[in-house]
Amino acid sequence: MTQVHVTTTVNGDEVEFLADPRETLLDCLRDKVGMTGAKEGCGTGDCGACSVTLDGRLVCSCLVLGVEAEGKDIGTIEGMADGDDLHPLQAKFIEYAALQCGICTPGILVATEALLKKSPDPSEEEVRYWLAGNLCRCTGYDKIIRAVLDTARDLREGV
Amino acid sequence: MKYHTPATFEDAVGIAANATGVTRFLAGGTDVLVQLRADIVTPDDLIDVKHIPGVRDMTQNPDGSWTIGVAVAGAEMTENPALIADWPGVVEGMDLIGSTQVQGRATLTGNLCNGSPAGDAVPGMIAAGASVSVTGPDGSREVAVEDIPTGPGRTSLAKGEMVTAVHLPARGQNGGDAYLRFIPRTEMDIAVVGCAVNLRVDGDTITEARVALGAVAPTARLVEDAATALIGSKLDDAALEALAAAASAACNPIDDKRGTIEFRTHVAGVLAQRAAKIAYARARGEK
Amino acid sequence: MALDSKTEFKYIGTRPDRPDGMDKVTGKARYGADAYAPGMLHGAVVRSPHAHAKIVKIDASKALAMKGVKAVVTRADFATDLEGEDWDLLENTIAGEKTLYDGHAVAAVAATSALIAKDAAKLVEVEYEILPCVTDVDAAMADGAPVIRDGAADHSVPEGLHPNVVRYTEFGRGDVEAGFAAADLVVERDFKTEAVHQGYIEPHACLANLGADGKGELWCCTQGHWFVRRMCTALLGLETTQLRVTASEIGGGFGGKTTVFIDPIALALSRAAGKPVKLVMSRSEVLKASGPTSSASMNVKMGMTKDGKLTAATAVFRMQGGAFPGAPMDMTTMLAFSCYDLDNVHHEGFDVMTNRPKQAAYRAPGAPMGAFAVESVMDELCQGLGLDPIDARLTNAVKEGTKSSFGPRYKAVGLIETLEAAKAHPHYSAPLAENTGRGIASGYWMNWGGETSTSLAIGEDGTVQVGVGTPDIGGSRASMALMAAETLGIPYENVRVDVVDTASLGVNEPSHGSRATYASGLAVIESAREAITKLSKRAADKWGIDAEAVEWRDGAAHPSGPNAGDFTPLSIADIAGEMGSTGGPITGHHDASPTGFGGSFGTHIVDVHVDPDTGKSTVVRYTVVQDAGKAIHPSYVEGQFQGGAAQGIGWALNEEYIYDDDGRLQNDVFLDYRIPVASDLPMIDTVIVEVPNPGHPYGVRGVGETGITPPLPAVACAISHAIGHRMTRLPISPPRVLRAIQGKGIS
Repeated sequence: MTQVHVTTTVNGDEVEFLADPRETLLDCLRDKVGMTGAKEGCGTGDCGACSVTLDGRLVCSCLVLGVEAEGKDIGTIEGMADGDDLHPLQAKFIEYAALQCGICTPGILVATEALLKKSPDPSEEEVRYWLAGNLCRCTGYDKIIRAVLDTARDLREGV
Repeated sequence: MKYHTPATFEDAVGIAANATGVTRFLAGGTDVLVQLRADIVTPDDLIDVKHIPGVRDMTQNPDGSWTIGVAVAGAEMTENPALIADWPGVVEGMDLIGSTQVQGRATLTGNLCNGSPAGDAVPGMIAAGASVSVTGPDGSREVAVEDIPTGPGRTSLAKGEMVTAVHLPARGQNGGDAYLRFIPRTEMDIAVVGCAVNLRVDGDTITEARVALGAVAPTARLVEDAATALIGSKLDDAALEALAAAASAACNPIDDKRGTIEFRTHVAGVLAQRAAKIAYARARGEK
Repeated sequence: MALDSKTEFKYIGTRPDRPDGMDKVTGKARYGADAYAPGMLHGAVVRSPHAHAKIVKIDASKALAMKGVKAVVTRADFATDLEGEDWDLLENTIAGEKTLYDGHAVAAVAATSALIAKDAAKLVEVEYEILPCVTDVDAAMADGAPVIRDGAADHSVPEGLHPNVVRYTEFGRGDVEAGFAAADLVVERDFKTEAVHQGYIEPHACLANLGADGKGELWCCTQGHWFVRRMCTALLGLETTQLRVTASEIGGGFGGKTTVFIDPIALALSRAAGKPVKLVMSRSEVLKASGPTSSASMNVKMGMTKDGKLTAATAVFRMQGGAFPGAPMDMTTMLAFSCYDLDNVHHEGFDVMTNRPKQAAYRAPGAPMGAFAVESVMDELCQGLGLDPIDARLTNAVKEGTKSSFGPRYKAVGLIETLEAAKAHPHYSAPLAENTGRGIASGYWMNWGGETSTSLAIGEDGTVQVGVGTPDIGGSRASMALMAAETLGIPYENVRVDVVDTASLGVNEPSHGSRATYASGLAVIESAREAITKLSKRAADKWGIDAEAVEWRDGAAHPSGPNAGDFTPLSIADIAGEMGSTGGPITGHHDASPTGFGGSFGTHIVDVHVDPDTGKSTVVRYTVVQDAGKAIHPSYVEGQFQGGAAQGIGWALNEEYIYDDDGRLQNDVFLDYRIPVASDLPMIDTVIVEVPNPGHPYGVRGVGETGITPPLPAVACAISHAIGHRMTRLPISPPRVLRAIQGKGIS
């Protein structure tokens, strides 16, 4: 197999790896870059556990090839907190018990951060539809939706 | 698998035409990668079209028509107010494909060329009268969208041919379109039935109409009888009944894990009526 | 020392941040697939494309010839002397003479990369002789059905039944015919439910390292690593304690991770290759070849007087559990009528084999199907007699002292309290919109104790570490820390809780049966009490008084009264700081199989809107009322209620295993195995009822499982009321609802 050399940026840091063209960005992040925060729940873009941003756009990293990352800017859950300071969404998810097993949590946090950047005052319906591609089997979504709506309110009010 | 990043359509076509094995074009990748993962298709040559200049452009031409690049993602379309104002039905069809994450990658062209009878973006394009530019080893041609799919997973594109742009006609005055689909959940499902209606009114009277159905036959299809039921009417009950009957009559579906023949046939009529009402309201400037 | 059951709490009932919260919101928490080892190989499994086939030949020569391939294993690489459940487990893990379902493992490959392993697996040539198959439970019992395995039936099965019926149960009391004769209304219905999957988002994953010396280590996502240890060592012919199993963080289990699928294969590959092997299932493999639920074909008949008293009830449950014995028909029969005080009751259950994967536990295994049938008939009786469905349930509800339908008398239970709370809830009396129906249903899970071992150790600074053996599937570290803090009288933040490996504690059953907070919690409390005894003794020694004269409160040793002497209290930190010179380390430990578990009843209210033109159902409002005994961390109790309701809604409306005539699974991806997404559900309101369990020091009842039991009937009844037709088959899909609306039946 011919491996392709890829240079990309992950959470602001330049990263290089060799990728077989069949390997997904998710495979490369996890197995080559050593960032296992993005999870594989399905491998087919149906569960959202592998959510990352690609040049600022929310995507499933299982539906992006590693070789496509050349020259791109990737954001993952590992880049969400500012050092020891959790992003307000991260803190609110803990406070609200918006996670049980936690496997979907990185993807949901990356997705909701993208939502709040685009739409700082989302309705409950908007949050639910935005997150429809992030499956959670534990919570019934209730506490997740509440945590997102309350974080959005805090951010708007500058809390 | 060899990964190619041609810088021109000519180069892309050249790679595809000279390839000896399985070839796939990669735009958003939301079908190609799924097929790769599931071992359904492992291409020998994968041609990423996203390095070709202009493929991410959405352009409104001087005559009011639109040219949409083959790598424009659904999320980019839903962030384009002028496009939404002209062709809300086309945009909502695209927007219904997959999740927010999938919207970050999926394209109109990919949805069309995947050849699924249930592709949500296709009925809206057919109803709008959209066409695509096709380039191949023997030159370029314009093809109506409804002439691209030929069966489940199959298209009329010849070896080495690829779609290079999608064209939506000028919206013009007093027109409106809409797309609705039926799925068991609220999101994330493949359409069990899809229906797009595009029409123009003169006062209360419908003067032009195109109706397209998805997921009820081997390809998405234009239903001329359904359009006939609408043209000349004021979308009264009789017209709606005739529309539903024509839509149901046009169905040639299958029983599968997603729906039954009986259900698809009935719901095609229901969705045709509902989509027609939305398109009618839009054409009349009501919303 | 006063260590009686407590009713006033300082920490219990509060909602602190969970100890593992930071790791889980930053991506640092390590789940099954997040482990790597030096020199690690990757595994891939060769699976049968046929539902039922004889394995004629396996030729791995081409795979072994591929560069980078280090080992191939087949059934020949596992123990050969197994019988009973262990043989079933091995046969399910890797096929022997026959493949028994679509996706059944046949061989496995280890190679230097995941892609090479996957490519090599395709080169393993398996010659099959295809056999006729059957996947439906009724079809599998019928004359002429293909026999999955002759001689699998046990002594309980009466003569004359098909060999696929492998277990049978029948029990009851009273005179049901006389009971039905005394009824003003008798309703009898047939019901069917399809198999569903637990749908955990994390696929099974493990990292195995097993040497030729029979010593090994295994990292895996599991609800119970001692179970994994026992099963893997049995299947590989190892001594139990020579394998150390570490439970990773677990990305959901719901019962489905209480057994093994790929772990023994990874160990076998590792032993064959002499290197660590990582093996991860794809989603398709999870759906095809892990352990979905049983599907059921049922008949329920119940009689009621016009004032709402049940006079008799009978039920027949035919359940398939895949190609092995084990469908949970014993639990289904036992719990079907568990809500009601019945003098005349009779149950029958059939465990039937089909060409499907071996079923595994799923949240209250077996109970939801029975509740669907029984509560639907209950609803129809109330409808027919013009009775309020909550009042009628109150008329028949079990309470302390009632003889249960399955025999024993109930201890203190909270069914009546949940019914009363549901009736008082604003949801129950809220007006209904057009084309919307309301359903209510109750359900029960009896909970479990099980082997439990915990340890607790005091650090030099007086902070505390707790080791438990029950993986944290939904916030149980927080509950354990709260119970330890409450018992010791120290701040919650001063307690660290770890889920430790199998080399660190005695045997622990998994986090299943709603037992973790009850059983590990009880053991943590007892461990803390043992540590308090030791801490008090150190203080007594220092003060030169009897240990009995020391009272432990607020995290410190105090003289118990004026007669004990006048000493300055010694805090846990004071005592801990001197422990090296006062007798050494201070720990507490507790081992038990506690039997004081108390069951939990719940009552749910749901409003469902039905689109009369398409048959599409939308849940518009949902309320869960359930007895928690005592809610240790109310947020995680609510989370269990909400999660159970959401899973039950999915089971009722959209989830199902769809096999074609050749026994191939048609929906092996999340696109078509349709679990509820965020936009499918409303907020799920919760009411925590607290009727303390007398068998736990703080009154805890397990709460994890009951919540999935009422949603099936509640949703079905709501839809039945919305459309005016009784829905008796799950899932209640739009095509079925539309047919019912159109008067065409529901099949």
